[in-house]
Amino acid sequence: MTAVTAFTVDGEPLPFVPGQTLAAALVASGRIAWRTTRGGRRPRGVFCGIGVCYDCLVTVDGTGGQRACLVQARAGMTVTTGEGDDA
Amino acid sequence: MREPSEREAGERPEPPDLVVVGAGPAGMAAAATALDGGLRVALVDSGAAPGGQFWRHPPDHARETVPTAGLHHALPAYRAFRATLNAHRHTGRLALLLNHHVWTAVREEHGFAVHAVDRSRPPEERAVLLRAPALLVATGAYDRQLPFPGWDLPGVLTAGGLQSLLKGGGVTAGRRVVLGGTGPFLLPVAAALAARGAEVVAVCEAAAPTAWLRRPGPLLRNPAKWAEAARYAAVLARHRVPVRTRTAVVAAEGEGRVTVVRTASLDADGRPVPGTERRIDADTVGVGWGFVPQLDLLLPLGCELADAGDGTMAAAVDDGQRTTVPGVYTAGETCGVGGAALAVGEGRLAAVSVLADLAAPGRPDHRRLAAARRTVARHRAFARALARAHPLPPAWSAWLTDDTTVCRCEEVTAGAVRTARTEGPASDHRQVKQLTRAGMGWCQGRMCGPAVHCLVAPRGRPYVPAERLIATPVTLGALADTAEPPPDRTCPITPD
Ligand SMILES: Cc1cc2nc3c(=O)[nH]c(=O)nc-3n(C[C@H](O)[C@H](O)[C@H](O)COP(=O)(O)OP(=O)(O)OC[C@H]3O[C@@H](n4cnc5c(N)ncnc54)[C@H](O)[C@@H]3O)c2cc1C
Ligand code: FES
Repeated sequence: MTAVTAFTVDGEPLPFVPGQTLAAALVASGRIAWRTTRGGRRPRGVFCGIGVCYDCLVTVDGTGGQRACLVQARAGMTVTTGEGDDA
Repeated sequence: MREPSEREAGERPEPPDLVVVGAGPAGMAAAATALDGGLRVALVDSGAAPGGQFWRHPPDHARETVPTAGLHHALPAYRAFRATLNAHRHTGRLALLLNHHVWTAVREEHGFAVHAVDRSRPPEERAVLLRAPALLVATGAYDRQLPFPGWDLPGVLTAGGLQSLLKGGGVTAGRRVVLGGTGPFLLPVAAALAARGAEVVAVCEAAAPTAWLRRPGPLLRNPAKWAEAARYAAVLARHRVPVRTRTAVVAAEGEGRVTVVRTASLDADGRPVPGTERRIDADTVGVGWGFVPQLDLLLPLGCELADAGDGTMAAAVDDGQRTTVPGVYTAGETCGVGGAALAVGEGRLAAVSVLADLAAPGRPDHRRLAAARRTVARHRAFARALARAHPLPPAWSAWLTDDTTVCRCEEVTAGAVRTARTEGPASDHRQVKQLTRAGMGWCQGRMCGPAVHCLVAPRGRPYVPAERLIATPVTLGALADTAEPPPDRTCPITPD
């Protein structure tokens, strides 16, 4: 598999291996936190890895509240992170 | 399988006899048995590949790019189930719906309506409605968590989360890892991480090693389990991974991510022994205190629960995996946690009951059925013995400080929960929720529920999960869609 595969995270391209979830790709790149909580502005990333805890929320192609650990990464996907992903 | 929308107009698929929700070891075994017995089956899973947690794989198209087969056990069984399922997809009797999340199932006049959302093209969601006279729920379980100071720092994951990143994505989520909690599941996680290059600096098992000797009967009757444990022990020895018993992770520290893990020896009650605390440099922590059955679909249907013996409630079933609601069957960790082999056995038994209850032709004979029942009973006894050997330490709350986060979503502290108990007065997690918002956030108490329960309920009373009317948040668009399901969105059972 030599095709260029990347999605963008907050405008930056992030390469991934086809078959990985957004969370797996983010963790593989060294990112373990990508949003903050509404109350205490505490960092959150992947916790349960199976779609139960909702810590890993991101916005995918403009739709918020997506669990990065469940969404399969796709070339050209636009992912944004930060606050408001859980809105 | 073709997508519902790709079906040709006028083509009328026959509806399934059975909907199986969950394609883990239990659901795969159930579907294969039901298909072999002559039924039409719809097998639905929210994941991208069949296998569930034990046989979690990347999607089929990525087997080469994300090689994880080396991390698996009992793969021949998995491959055999896949082969059976594939064969039945070709005959058109199996609809395998991956990336489909079931959010509710309701009883109708002639069976059940199972509502799912198709998430194969995220963030798009499409409603899918399945109807069948019988429903088999094999939705598994998730890691049980107990909070500790710093457990919401990035770098702290559930033990299962570490495993799912590894098995599903080929990703080792840390370089220096400490594992903690209780139960034999910590060992495969430690072994897999070590095999993939992580330095596992400690496995902290809260139980005492002698706990296994107190009720040796069911343990001795399962030699295969001993062999499995010995294999993990050998891997851990090879990688020089120390396993410390009667020890717990009591805190994690760091700025923005874990850098230090604090562990302590526990006394007989589970209280940290003063002076035994160690500080370990680590960037990752994996924790798990057993599992909580995933009962979201069974509770609203009215299925009764039974004490699973490990501090949680599980679905009550008869010796044929029938729930208390006619037409609803359940198998695997929804009936209490007991490992993949038990899940497979229960899945088969459940399907046999469906075959009998629907008067299908291909039922196994009495002798084979009796043997299957005996195997399941033996594994179940083993699971119960394990649960007793790996209890939650009764005094675990001794390691909480008042400002320790208990509910990760709503950021409710241990102090607030304790106040709700003493001044509230709250004696279960539902009352705490009303008083503090713990359990009101995105995860709906799935993460904090068992811990909040332990903090406020009388000792010994098992955790009863909250009834959630929808098992996954769905968009209003998909909901509106479901109200009036267009015919092309219903279950396609068509050949590949
Ligand atoms: C994260 C995690 C990792 C684990 N890893 C291991 C391991 O490596 N080794 C081991 O021995 N044990 C492991 N276990 C224990 C494991 O749960 C079992 O022993 C075994 O997988 C149980 O099989 P099951 O079929 O009952 O459930 P599961 O394997 O959990 O399968 C349940 C399936 O149902 C699906 N599902 C759940 N709800 C819905 C819904 N509403 N709609 C659609 N689909 C749904 C899930 O996607 C899943 O595929 C793990 C558990 C967890 C929680
Ligand atoms: S990590 Fe828990 S939902 Fe994604």
